[in-house]
Amino acid sequence: MSESTAVHIRQCAKTFADGTRALAPVDLEIAGGETVVLLGPSGCGKTTLLRIIAGLETADAGGQVLFNAQDVTALPVEKRNVGMVFQSYALFPNMSVRENIAYGLRVRKHTRSQRAQRVAEMLSMMHINELADRAVSQLSGGQRQRVALARAIAVRPRVLLLDEPLTALDALLRERLRIEIDSLLRSLGITAIYVTHDQAEAMALADRIVVMSQGRIAQQGTPRDVYQNPQNPFVADFIGTVNRLRGTLTEHGVHAQGTLLPLGKGLTVSATKEVDLLFRPEDMRIVPAEEAQFIGTVSSAFYLGDRTRLLLAGIGDAPVMVEVSAREPIARGTEVGVSIDPQGLMMMPGTPS
Amino acid sequence: MSMQRRGWQFWAQLCFTLSVCAFLIVPVVLSALAGVTANFFIGLESGLTLRWIGEVWDLYAETMFLSLWIALACLGVTLLLGVPAAYVLAKQGGRFARLIEETLVLPIAVPGLAIALALILSYGEFRDFRASWGFILVGHVLYTLPFMVRAVLAVLASMDFNTLEEGAATLGAGFVYRLRTVVLPNARPGILAGSLMVVTLSIGEFNLTWMLHTPVTKTLPVGLADSYASMRLEVASAYTLVFFVMIVPLLLAMQWLSRSEKRLPRNHRPTLDTEHE
Repeated sequence: MSESTAVHIRQCAKTFADGTRALAPVDLEIAGGETVVLLGPSGCGKTTLLRIIAGLETADAGGQVLFNAQDVTALPVEKRNVGMVFQSYALFPNMSVRENIAYGLRVRKHTRSQRAQRVAEMLSMMHINELADRAVSQLSGGQRQRVALARAIAVRPRVLLLDEPLTALDALLRERLRIEIDSLLRSLGITAIYVTHDQAEAMALADRIVVMSQGRIAQQGTPRDVYQNPQNPFVADFIGTVNRLRGTLTEHGVHAQGTLLPLGKGLTVSATKEVDLLFRPEDMRIVPAEEAQFIGTVSSAFYLGDRTRLLLAGIGDAPVMVEVSAREPIARGTEVGVSIDPQGLMMMPGTPS
Repeated sequence: MSMQRRGWQFWAQLCFTLSVCAFLIVPVVLSALAGVTANFFIGLESGLTLRWIGEVWDLYAETMFLSLWIALACLGVTLLLGVPAAYVLAKQGGRFARLIEETLVLPIAVPGLAIALALILSYGEFRDFRASWGFILVGHVLYTLPFMVRAVLAVLASMDFNTLEEGAATLGAGFVYRLRTVVLPNARPGILAGSLMVVTLSIGEFNLTWMLHTPVTKTLPVGLADSYASMRLEVASAYTLVFFVMIVPLLLAMQWLSRSEKRLPRNHRPTLDTEHE
């Protein structure tokens, strides 16, 4: 591969003709060879941002897209040399698998033998040699997605853009293709921008996750960073499962539901204030009543095989979710004591009640 | 009563159906036979002959050629106008596009005579134009264009061509290249169906044409009316037979096309979502 392409997005906003603002001015730096996942619920602007990078959508005046040092803002999509994989695959039904993969090479006027060689390379890279002469209508969803990937990669694009490529597939296949895409992106070393609403997919694939909400970037960071240190309630709620308790922060610690929770080291408090305490189900432990920070009653228990998920009533306003090892069965109605790992305690400014 | 098994309703319905069929088919057969009968008033015993067909050829060959010529010209114009129009309408979408589509269909709803009158009122004073076959062509294009636009629009709407075009664009294909390699090949069934429709309608069009024609620009259907009014019955029947021979293959082709369309699986939808390896 030639040198990888960094993507710089500067003040890109998008207002549609009917006046709706799909994207507030966004800045984003993507390093060459990096896999960035744009993650968010539908309507958060992630696809719009991807389409602006592709050149399928133009940013409002003032926005700029750069590939390395080259300003591509005014460059039409066909001149940008990007590869794009669509949710609906967008394979050409009038062509065979081979012709689909060769399409971009034909546009670039490669010779017949160059095309044949590159197509053969792509077919074996995606493990679809036996499909070469099939019609698109004869392929299953997973096979279509492989062809779409091969077609996008065949032209050696500067940037690979993937718009919810796995959404139309069933769970098992999604998992398998996700692993394949991951190893493919690593081996190609290509700059990839991947759009999804599925946080598990984002965590698995991303070097960096960019969480988006209502046309803005809510937070960006490594999957670990985003999961462990969400910077706002939206990110905390959207990524993983989170429990929430109202509390008051003082110099001694956090008072919540009559319990004083110690603060992690290094935290100093200047003034008393209302906070929301956030903690994840896996950061709680069942403990004997005398060591417990909170006592709750099991209102539901879901046996998941590798663990059991309990819903505890009587701690906060909403049931608190706890995950425990699945060994010992816990009946509904049982009173249990729990404590929270101080490392797993997150705080957000309190929501007004 | 051994017929009780099927019930008298069955036989009554069968009789009714057969008599309706006979009512429709007998005139066709009689008319066709009249065209090749030596003397219709004597009947078949007067013998079969191709004489009337020969006479029709001598008298009306020009109308047949003019009809074919206008049909082809009409096809050319509707292809040039209709396919791009359908493309733009499909691309644009929204209420405005739908309004245009509905407006295009108006000429079908308005009686042909009224359209012809409007054309004569508007352009009748351009004498050379009024006297040429081009005048009839304009009427035919007005009347057939919606059929072309609708046929192409339907195909475009069924294949999500916007995403296909975007896919082609990301692979580096410019507008003309995309059109040539992706949009048009995939729209072909609609273009073909529209074309057959336009040719068939144009060859058979009478209402408009009757008002627009001049003694030197007579199409086949106008000639037919003329022959019914002024010729022997055998000649008129032979003429009808010729018209049949021209139009029936087109109708058959249309039927065949719409059937083979239905047999084809819709290409862009995955048929199976499980992996086979």
